[in-house]
Amino acid sequence: MCRGLVKRYDDVVAVAGLDLEVRRGECFGLLGPNGAGKTTTVEILEGLTAPDAGVVEVLGQRWGHGDDRALRERLGVQLQETQLADKLTVTETLRLFRSFYARGHAVGEVIQATGLEEKRSARVGKLSGGQRQRLALACALVSDPELLFLDEPTTGLDPQARRAVWETVEQFRAAGGTVLLTTHYMEEAARLADRVAVMDHGRVIALGTPAELVASLGADQIVEFRAAGEVAAERLRDLPGVRSVDRKNGDFMLSIVNIGEALPALLGELERQRLRLDTLQTHQATLEDVFVHLTGRVLRDE
Amino acid sequence: MSEVRPAAEGGPRPHPLIELTRVRVLEFVREPEAVFWVFLFPVLLAFALGIAFRNKPAEQVHVAVVGGPAAAAVTALLHGDESLAVEVVDADAAARALQKGKVDVVVEAAPAAGTPATVTYRFDPARAESRAGRLAVDAALQRAAGRRDAVATREERVTEIGARYIDFLIPGLVGLNLMGSGMWSVGFAVATARNRKLLKRFAATPMHRSHYLASFALSRLTFLILEVAAIVGFGWAVFGVQVRGSLLDLAVVSLLGAACFSGIGLLVAARPRTIEAVSGWMNLVMLPMWLLSGSFFSYERFPAAVQPAIKALPLTALNDALRRVAIDGAPLLAAWRELAILALLGSISFVVCLRIFRWQ
Repeated sequence: MCRGLVKRYDDVVAVAGLDLEVRRGECFGLLGPNGAGKTTTVEILEGLTAPDAGVVEVLGQRWGHGDDRALRERLGVQLQETQLADKLTVTETLRLFRSFYARGHAVGEVIQATGLEEKRSARVGKLSGGQRQRLALACALVSDPELLFLDEPTTGLDPQARRAVWETVEQFRAAGGTVLLTTHYMEEAARLADRVAVMDHGRVIALGTPAELVASLGADQIVEFRAAGEVAAERLRDLPGVRSVDRKNGDFMLSIVNIGEALPALLGELERQRLRLDTLQTHQATLEDVFVHLTGRVLRDE
Repeated sequence: MSEVRPAAEGGPRPHPLIELTRVRVLEFVREPEAVFWVFLFPVLLAFALGIAFRNKPAEQVHVAVVGGPAAAAVTALLHGDESLAVEVVDADAAARALQKGKVDVVVEAAPAAGTPATVTYRFDPARAESRAGRLAVDAALQRAAGRRDAVATREERVTEIGARYIDFLIPGLVGLNLMGSGMWSVGFAVATARNRKLLKRFAATPMHRSHYLASFALSRLTFLILEVAAIVGFGWAVFGVQVRGSLLDLAVVSLLGAACFSGIGLLVAARPRTIEAVSGWMNLVMLPMWLLSGSFFSYERFPAAVQPAIKALPLTALNDALRRVAIDGAPLLAAWRELAILALLGSISFVVCLRIFRWQ
């Protein structure tokens, strides 16, 4: 889909040589923290921003090398920050977007698909954040696209509103649509995406299915702890059952293969180093842990 | 979306240009403030100015007669003329009153027995009233003293409908309003949409960009009839202002003017990223036209050297064309030069705007 993509803004490199291939019918997730270059990448793929270098091919066509308008007919786009006109109703907004496309769904159908039936005559300005996001999704779906771009579709939404968006995306997938999704929520990537590219500083630092990425840690459990005093980190790595040791803010994060073996050994080691344990928790390894392992940073501040 | 899929080809498709225009109209009428500024404000302005400049009875000339032996004789001679307000004061008071502009002319008669032999007029030639006062006093005095006019004259006062200030003002207000509402409504809408990333979202659809821009001109045209009718109708109802030419011609001129200013408004809003920046540019573009284009008073008073530049301004062209139709009752073709300026400036703006418009 794209090769060697580069985009610079003044002296900031937003995208630094990116290669991606999204397969038809899959949901591909771009996972990364704010500022990783996700939005820039998506906007290049959408034909809204011209790359400084690299080749983009969308649905077999390159932007500016043919009929861009015909290509746009086949895409559905939801941008990260679009605020639709407050004074228009849901139906009016969708009618407008529908009119731009030669083919697509009837307005009533996408209203139904996004669960906005009760709000069809409500002004956009009166909608909740979740309803607006569903309307943005409806605007992207009204053209019956082959490829749907979703840029952080659930940022700032409560869990219930987030699930409503996910369900609509899953229905679109089920009908054979292709999705390119950016997110900084690992749960979202894990639930929606068939394959995930982890991005940081404009580069892809890991690529694979969520399961593959988690498996790449070589561990199935994560132990996080904080202790008072100086911990001799190199001693931890040699403990039985420990695959790797990462620092996450002030905490230690151990990737563990065998929790039954590693945990007593860890407690014993801390005892030997005469350190008092402040906190300790264990959980199943997730994409979040993959990101911390690769970058030493967390995906988002909470 | 599985339940939606089969209907992919279905669904009636409204034309995007119509849909964009419809949305613009809806957004406008749902903004009460915009409705006030476009419809009510110009009517209030016309009312205020119409009252302020209504035709008053002719002002009297204030004459001070310097007291003295001959004063009574002069006063007696001037007494018959109602357009003169005569008072007798001493020389010092008369000089002061003239200096302050309280009186327009001071009359001093040289002392002679019986009738005044020599009369001195003291007046300020820099003041129009003072010059006119001197002439009026002289004419009254000479005639009362027995002068016969050599040429028979007749007076015709221009207070009839069609020649008053309000008759001049109403077409100017129509022009001014077409400019103001055209430019502001377009400028704000575009800047807001750009700010909210709505333009970027539109750019991601197959929408024809010219459709988006044209929808502004089209939506303006739908209000235009109401807008012009509000001002012209008000002028007719309250001040009896009549449109001498055909209403259809007036509509055509207004149409072209509104379209022209939509184009200029789009051009001004083509690049700026913020509403503040758009406001600044709008004011910069409109201020010269507010001052120079003859909406409130004739631009003929400006120096001859700048007349060609003034006449090239779109608002001047619009005002002139409106007045040709409304006041002169001229056919549309008489205003071809003005209409050409409007059409040319409007279409150039539109084409340039399409090329340089910032979608994100």
